Amino acid sequence: MSLTQATKGDMPYQVRSLYRSLLRQSRQFAAYNFREYAKRRTRDAFREHQKETEDRRIQELMQKGIKELQVLKRQTVISQFYQLDKLVVEGGKTGKQTGEEGSIVRQKDTGWD
Amino acid sequence: MSNITPNAARQALRACSRRCSASTVSRFTPRAASALGPRGRRNYVSETKPSNATVNVDTAIKADHKAFLNETGKKSKDALMPTTGMSADVMMSPTAGILKQATIMDEGTRPIYLDMQATTPTDPRVVDAMLPFMTGLYGNPHSRTHAYGWETDEAVEQARARIADLIGANPKEIIFTSGATESNNMSIKGVARFFGRSGKKNHIITCQTEHKCVLDSCRHLKDEGFETTYLPVQPNGLVDMAQLEAAMRPETILVSIMTVNNEIGVVQPVEEIGRLCRSKKIFFHTDAAQAVGKIPIDVNKMNVDLMSISGHKIYGPKGIGACYVRRRPRVRLEPIISGGGQERGLRSGTLAPPLCIGFGEAARICKEDMAYDSKRITALSNRLLEGLLAMEQTSLNGDRERHYPGCVNVSFAYVEGESLLMALKDIALSSGSACTSASLEPSYVLRALGSSDESAHSSIRFGIGRFTTEEEIDYVLKAVRERVSFLRELSPLWELVQEGVDLNTIEWSQH
Repeated sequence: MSLTQATKGDMPYQVRSLYRSLLRQSRQFAAYNFREYAKRRTRDAFREHQKETEDRRIQELMQKGIKELQVLKRQTVISQFYQLDKLVVEGGKTGKQTGEEGSIVRQKDTGWD
Repeated sequence: MSNITPNAARQALRACSRRCSASTVSRFTPRAASALGPRGRRNYVSETKPSNATVNVDTAIKADHKAFLNETGKKSKDALMPTTGMSADVMMSPTAGILKQATIMDEGTRPIYLDMQATTPTDPRVVDAMLPFMTGLYGNPHSRTHAYGWETDEAVEQARARIADLIGANPKEIIFTSGATESNNMSIKGVARFFGRSGKKNHIITCQTEHKCVLDSCRHLKDEGFETTYLPVQPNGLVDMAQLEAAMRPETILVSIMTVNNEIGVVQPVEEIGRLCRSKKIFFHTDAAQAVGKIPIDVNKMNVDLMSISGHKIYGPKGIGACYVRRRPRVRLEPIISGGGQERGLRSGTLAPPLCIGFGEAARICKEDMAYDSKRITALSNRLLEGLLAMEQTSLNGDRERHYPGCVNVSFAYVEGESLLMALKDIALSSGSACTSASLEPSYVLRALGSSDESAHSSIRFGIGRFTTEEEIDYVLKAVRERVSFLRELSPLWELVQEGVDLNTIEWSQH
């Protein structure tokens, strides 16, 4: 029996794996507010139920998390289709371009004007 | 008869083309034959390749660069074109020019959204619930004869149950409308017209700080012979219960007072008002568009008979709302829209399933996350409020205690609200409700609180919601601090105040 098989059925492993996938998927939101919310909500929800011991309850929460993950997967794709300009608070590349390779390209429109 | 001429033309054309093709064949025959010769395969003069038909941009630009170097002896990126200030690179390739402009905007230009009382962003989970009904499941929920109708109907009823659950009602008491404005109109006009028919009851009580659509519905009813009392509010924005009781008459049909004010965020004592109305057998309507999903609401505990709810204020889609109409004791309405008798005959017309379902999902999320959201919004609101009130000469409008934290209305004395809004281009804010944001008049809500014209003019509303982040609040605080002090520096009034002159003692010269 390989190591992965041994740990696959392990609940804590599954929970951690779900947590990681939720966070990873959350980062894919193009819109700043939704991205931050998804990351924050994931973190807070897992922290809230950290001390859960009842098996049945854990199963329920896992199911809910998996559903949320599916929603996230669909919605992040949609979010990437309709990208708008970044918000003024967002970090990332700032300032004027210094190189000449044109690495920073951004849509010019800032919404429907 | 008519096809003689076309026939003749067609014959002539055919003859001509035959001659032409014959001549081409004769001209090209030798070469074609030679091409066919050794390889035994028919070939054209030059081979056709897709790349031959397109211009390779890189190659073209490189060729341009080479030509420029040959011509001028300079590299194109170093050369500055006269009168334009742009490098020759940009002049040669428009793409480069566009990129140049695009990169200047790198820091992001979209403003922060802090106007959650006007509308809220649609939650991605809501969109996700709506999408199937916008694509595949397009049945009419009122179709009872096929599966398309059944599946949509089931989902709509589930959404209705979720909305009912959020306000502690029975699903049968929820009527879908197009929004809170329609719900308000339906409730006020409906009750007044139904009970006004007997001619005995013709009085409505409302409040001066109500939303425009309530006030306007009452104004319209005045033309139909109804009387309206517009209750004043106390300086903290709350209705005085003693005044309300004094205004009630035997012929009063309806009291309409909103739960959470859209401009100043005060929470009216709905429970007491409901109890008072019930004891006097007067119907109680409340516009809870700003309250549902944000503060706990129970229609039975509050004795509410009619309630207006909006979808887009609870992170749902725009264009949908609901009206709670109590069944026991029954509230009877005269419908504004008549037709096929949908929605208990109170609001005919086919429902919009995607919107209803989105609204239902939004209600579910609000119910589930209410504790989480309100904790967070309170924290952000306190942070914002502390920061804003730490500046000199600022004050919160409305009561501090009975206050929905997501709506912060602050007056910045000696700063013109509209010019501050202009200065805060990078933050989406409003000085009052969205309906009146086009006019420069001071807000009637703030005037009703007894604020002076100056104070009403210098007020700004900050709306905090589920998707607001700490970084945004910090950015806003910093921006507001900077711009307010900048605008005050410009203001001669501020200078006088700093010198210790009381502005009210100044006699301004008449012009």
